[in-house]
Amino acid sequence: MRRPIRSFTVLLLLLAFVLAACQRAQPTPTPAPAAQPSPTPAAAASPTPAAQPTPQAQVTKPTDPIGVLEIKPGEPIVLAWMLTVSGGTAQLGEDSKRGIEIAIEDLGGELLGHKIELVGEDSGCNPEGGQAAATRLAANPRIVAIVGSSCSSEARVGAPIIDQAGLVMVSPSNTAPDLTDPAKHVDAYLRVAHNDKVQGRVAAEFVVNKLGLKRVATIHDGSLYAEQLANVFAENVQKLGGTVVAQEAVSPEDTDMRPVLTRIATQQPELIYYPIFNPAGSYITLQAKEISGLENVKLMSADGLLEPQTVQNAGQAAVGLYLSGPDLTVLGPKYQEFVQKYQQKYGTKPVAGFHAHAYDATMMIVEAIKKVAVQAPDGTLYIPRKALREALYQTKNFSGLTGNLTCDQYGDCADPKIAVYEVFSTDTAGWPDSAIRKIYP
Amino acid sequence: MTIAAPHRFTGGRRIDISQLIVWTIGGILLAIVLLGSILTLRAGHYTAAQWRDFVVFGIAQGAIYALIALGYTMVYGVLRMINFAHGEVFMSGAMTTFFLADYLNRSGFLKAHPWISLVAMLLFSGLVSMTVAVLVERIAYRPLRGAPRLVPLITAVGASFFLQYTFRGLFGSGVRAYPAIPVLQGKLWVFQKTQIAVFVGVLITLALLVLFLQRTRAGLAIRAVAEDREAAALMGVDVDRAIVTTFAVGGFMAGIAGVLYALVFVQVQFFMGFLPGIKAFTAAVLGGIGNLPGAAVGGLVLGVIESIGPSLFFDGYGIRAAHQLKDVIAFTILVLILIFRPTGLLGERLGGEERV
Repeated sequence: MRRPIRSFTVLLLLLAFVLAACQRAQPTPTPAPAAQPSPTPAAAASPTPAAQPTPQAQVTKPTDPIGVLEIKPGEPIVLAWMLTVSGGTAQLGEDSKRGIEIAIEDLGGELLGHKIELVGEDSGCNPEGGQAAATRLAANPRIVAIVGSSCSSEARVGAPIIDQAGLVMVSPSNTAPDLTDPAKHVDAYLRVAHNDKVQGRVAAEFVVNKLGLKRVATIHDGSLYAEQLANVFAENVQKLGGTVVAQEAVSPEDTDMRPVLTRIATQQPELIYYPIFNPAGSYITLQAKEISGLENVKLMSADGLLEPQTVQNAGQAAVGLYLSGPDLTVLGPKYQEFVQKYQQKYGTKPVAGFHAHAYDATMMIVEAIKKVAVQAPDGTLYIPRKALREALYQTKNFSGLTGNLTCDQYGDCADPKIAVYEVFSTDTAGWPDSAIRKIYP
Repeated sequence: MTIAAPHRFTGGRRIDISQLIVWTIGGILLAIVLLGSILTLRAGHYTAAQWRDFVVFGIAQGAIYALIALGYTMVYGVLRMINFAHGEVFMSGAMTTFFLADYLNRSGFLKAHPWISLVAMLLFSGLVSMTVAVLVERIAYRPLRGAPRLVPLITAVGASFFLQYTFRGLFGSGVRAYPAIPVLQGKLWVFQKTQIAVFVGVLITLALLVLFLQRTRAGLAIRAVAEDREAAALMGVDVDRAIVTTFAVGGFMAGIAGVLYALVFVQVQFFMGFLPGIKAFTAAVLGGIGNLPGAAVGGLVLGVIESIGPSLFFDGYGIRAAHQLKDVIAFTILVLILIFRPTGLLGERLGGEERV
């Protein structure tokens, strides 16, 4: 009976591949920048000791419980991004990355006499990716602060690693309530995106009060973001007098959603709420109307699907889909200016919902660096890391593109403005205006 | 249709402790499944129409698994090796054909001549996948023909990664959506038209495969090599040629499966081959690896179980969001089958003595 043994070996191998696959989504890391600047400090440092034999560092170097970053003259200030820039969620992360790039451009690429260098890691919108990206970033001692992550599940495992390394991160698009929950929040973590306690409530109000629908079903994909948002939505629907008839889950790699939709159809919901990501979200959009019993069901999703891909992938099936997300229509002239720069630089309008947030996150970090950085007479810049964190937490009435940001002690800095959009056309050339329109509030 | 006489299990059974444990686990799993099914059926949440829908969805998905599984099983038959790059062969056809489909759609040809377009897409995808499969064989497997069995397995995984990231580099990491084919929209009786297209496509492909293996000299050569490679070589069969043909035919079917997949699921991306590849491999093992009808049956069974299983087995226990457990169910069934019938549903191999 050798066969079962062999088959189990094969199974074991299979498991190894599946595990390996989880890691696959990351591309090779951006070439380690450590090698590149080494000639610069060497060149810059050699004349300094010759001219002034007294070590400058002792004079002004601040002390800090978790370390002081020393940036010699000529060395860049390194900021990092940790976003999802590949796979189905690429637009979400790419959009945020562009926000950071524009912010750096607005600063003239310079801060306190040092060039700003941007490095980054793809975090793939899953816990494994978040862990890998955070570990890589934590290993780079030159990084001052991180803008990221894109997806909440990345931050759940990534933030503690960043925390351990003494870095600090400001997320432009994490929205899961869990991350700033007093019991689970880590010191290194702040965000400028809204907390989903707000988004879930607004979505529920829209469904029950505006649409007048009482029977809803939810689907999540097991990710932190989706599960928590679906739950917040469900709680609020119940509070408002509606019924949650089914709470289902799929996995992000699923392609055949028909069985789960058929399960939902048995409960005859009037609306299905699936705050998940692409491509799984588009599969649901595409397949929902095929199911007998769901022909007239309304579909609603959230900011994870607020991108042109959603409409491109689902085509005609996406028309009528409701999407909640940050309300970009109420933002002031500064935002319009930003959008123009975006369009000039990338030849398209913003492709997802969190570009302005990323811009704000970057500017908030820059502001905090300015506050705490100490400049030695020889031009060396010292950034005490703990003080940098504290400065970020003390952010008050920071006037950003997304509103007036004030951070609380658990890292929530957003000035949340949530809107519900409706997809009315499959034309994504002029996204967002050509395809979606705001209908609530 | 088996290429040679089906394997018959004849060895006497020696009962020992480990086997007893395995059988007990199997028994418990079986009991859980049966009890769950009875509870679900008695609760009666689902109408007959809904059960029928589950089966239809399962068959549509399973038919695609079956097409891919045939590639695994044929290669196993002739080379005794698992071609783990096969999922990527499937992906390469679907991804490349996206551009043809997109072009046909933009030029309006797709609307004017939907059937011609569809056939063109299937052939194009088949040819692309065939080329990729043959190249993989030529570059990654043939130089290692005499090597220990694990070596080609490792290169297979390497080839799989290589193909994935080549396609990622060429076509980007984003998801692309196939254009809708107008004649395949909507329903015919209870079936989606795309599902019917998949059934028909799979049936035609299977029929052609059987004809090819039974009625052509190349098919005969493949069967001879599967039976006994050395003997076939001694009888003047060009073994390398037969192996290349096997890869070509398997690749062609994977390409067809790629387009059929895109008809049903619309979205394609560079990573799409991984899961279907694993599932098809499972299907091949389920049906009995090396056994062609086994692969087809295994694919269908796996598809249907995935579709119907979460509702049938778990609803009765009141487990919420059971659909997430569909892979657990699929692989549990695999384990059960390996426990109670180690050679798979229809028995293993193409023929000849097993050389392990």
